[in-house]
Amino acid sequence: MLGFALKRLGLAVLVAVAVSALAFLLLRASGDVATALAGEGARAEDIENIRRIYGLDRPLVAQYFEWIGKMAHGDFGRSLYFKIDVLALVRDKLPTTALLALFSLLFALAISIPLGILAAVHPNSWIDRACLALAVLGQALPNFFFALILILVFAVMLPVLPVSGSESWANFVLPSIALGYYVAPPFMRLARAGMIEVLASDYVRTARAKGLSGPSIVLKHALVNALVPIVALAAVQLGFLLGGSVVIETVFALDGLGYLAYQSISHLDLPVTQAIVTLLSFIYVGLTLGADLVNAWLDPRIRVG
Amino acid sequence: MTEISALPLVELIGPSPRTLLHRRLWGHKGLVISVALLTLIGLVALLAPVLTPYDPYAQDLGRRLIPPVWYQKGTWVHWLGTDNLGRDYLSRVLYGARISLLIGASVMAISGLIGTTLGLAAGYFGGRVDAFVMFTTTVRLAMPLILVALAVVATVGGSLWVVVLVLGLLKWDRFAVVMRAATQQVRGLEYVAAAECVGASTHRIILGEILPNVLPHLIVVATIEAASAILLEAALSFLGLGVQPPLPSWGLMIAEGKVYMFFSFWLIAIPGTALAILVLAINMLGDGIRDVTAPGGGRA
Repeated sequence: MLGFALKRLGLAVLVAVAVSALAFLLLRASGDVATALAGEGARAEDIENIRRIYGLDRPLVAQYFEWIGKMAHGDFGRSLYFKIDVLALVRDKLPTTALLALFSLLFALAISIPLGILAAVHPNSWIDRACLALAVLGQALPNFFFALILILVFAVMLPVLPVSGSESWANFVLPSIALGYYVAPPFMRLARAGMIEVLASDYVRTARAKGLSGPSIVLKHALVNALVPIVALAAVQLGFLLGGSVVIETVFALDGLGYLAYQSISHLDLPVTQAIVTLLSFIYVGLTLGADLVNAWLDPRIRVG
Repeated sequence: MTEISALPLVELIGPSPRTLLHRRLWGHKGLVISVALLTLIGLVALLAPVLTPYDPYAQDLGRRLIPPVWYQKGTWVHWLGTDNLGRDYLSRVLYGARISLLIGASVMAISGLIGTTLGLAAGYFGGRVDAFVMFTTTVRLAMPLILVALAVVATVGGSLWVVVLVLGLLKWDRFAVVMRAATQQVRGLEYVAAAECVGASTHRIILGEILPNVLPHLIVVATIEAASAILLEAALSFLGLGVQPPLPSWGLMIAEGKVYMFFSFWLIAIPGTALAILVLAINMLGDGIRDVTAPGGGRA
C-alpha cells in the first residue's frame, strides 16, 4: 500500500508541475499581455515600459520559474484590476466556492442516489423511465439557461429566494440546484447501473433465500457495494463543479472564485487568472489522488494492478 | 416429417445480417426519433435563407420586442417575434442552428482526430507511448476546461474560429481514454495476431484491423463530444467570451435576452429550448448507437 501511495503521489506531483507550466505558457503565449494592459491608443514607449515593469521582456522559462518560486513562498503577485494581493483575494473568495461545490454535490447525490435505486429496483417501469427522462434533460439543458429559469420561478414569480448576492445561506439554494442538477445525471446512471448489477449478484440472492425483506436487502446489502464507484466519480465531479462554478456564479453574482475568475479574465487580470487556474488544477489533482488512495484502500486489487 | 428442402431458405438460415441490422436500427425508437430530429435541424439550418424572408442581422428599431404569435400581441409577420433591436427572431434562431451545428461538427473533428490518434497509439503500442499518452491526458483533465477556454478567448479575441480551435484543442481527453481502452481490448484478439503474422504493417493493422472494430465506441464518444462542444460554445458566448455579436449564436441570444427576460421570457426561452432539443437529439443518437452496436443490443 505504501509503495502504491508513493507512486501515485509522485505522479500527482509531476502532473501538478506540468499543469502549472502549461497554464502559465498558455495564458502568456495566447496574446500580448503588455499591449492589452496598456489599453487602446497606448504609445509604443508605454507598452515597452509595462513590458519591463512586469518582467514580460524576459525569456518565458525564466518568467515561469520566477512565478512558481514566488508562489511557493505564498507570493501570488498583485491583481492588476482589483489592485490588491492575489493571495488575499483568492483566500477571501475560496470559501464561497467551496460551499457552493459542496452543496451542489450534496444536492446531486440527494436526488441521484434515491432515484437511481428506485429505477434499479423497478427496471423498465414508469419510475425508471421518469428517472431516465430527468437525467437526459439534465444533460441537455444548458446550465445557465436552467439557472435563469430558476431565477424567474423562485425569485421573481414566487419571490421566496434572492436573485443574486452571497450574504446568507438563501443565496446558495438556487446556484446549488442549478449546478447540482448539471452534474447529477452521471451519478444517476452510475447508481442505477451499479444497483442493478449488485441486485443480480450471488450474495443478494443468498440474502433473498434467507428470507430477508426487499428494503433490507437493498439498503443493507446492496447499497454499500453500489456506492463504491460513486465515491470515485464524486472526486472527479467535484473538480468539474469547481470549474463549472464560473458560469453559475456569474449568473447569480455569487461572490466566489468562479465569479472572480470571470471578472479577472474579462479584465485581462493575468496574475489572478493564473492563480485561479493553477489552484483549481491543484485541487483536482489532490482530489483524484485522494480518490485513488481511498479506492486502493477499499479494493486491494487496485494496488497491485 | 417435413422435408428440409421444402422450407424457404430464409427460415433455415434466418434473416441476413443486413436485415437484422435494419431491424435493430428501425426497432430502436430513440434512434429513429433522434435521426429524424437531427435531419430536420440540419435541413432547417441549410435552408434558412429559403425558410425565412428576413435578414437575421437587419434591425428595425420601430419593431422592437414584438412577442411570438402565441401571445396576444403576437403577429404572423414575425412568428417568433423580434428581439430588442427589432431583428426577426425566427431568422436568428434558424441561422443560429448553423453556428451550433458547425461548432459541434468542427470541434468533434479536431478533438476526435487528436484523441483518436493518441488513444489508438497508446492502446496498440503500450509501454512508454501509453505512459506518455496517459500522463498527457491526466494533465489535460486537471486543467479547468471552461476557465482555460475563457482565458484564451479573452486574450486572443473572441470569434467563431477561435472558439472552435480552443475547444478542439482542449476536448480530446475522452476520445483518448475511450479509444485506448477499446484498442487494448481488440489488440489481443486473434485477427490482429493473424494480421501481424502475415506481416501487415503497423499502419495497416491500426487503420485496417483495429479502427473499424473500435468504430462504434468512437461514434458514441463523438456524439457526446459534439453535444458538449455545443453547450460549451453556448456557455462561452453567454459569458461574452465566445462567438461575438451580431452573430446569432443561441448562447449569445440568451445573454442578449437576459436583460428583458422578466417581461419578454420568449427571448431566452426560444434559443434555450432550441439548444436543449439539439443536444437532446445528439445524446439520443449516441445512446441509440451504443444500444444497437452493443452485443445482443437492439433494446427500444
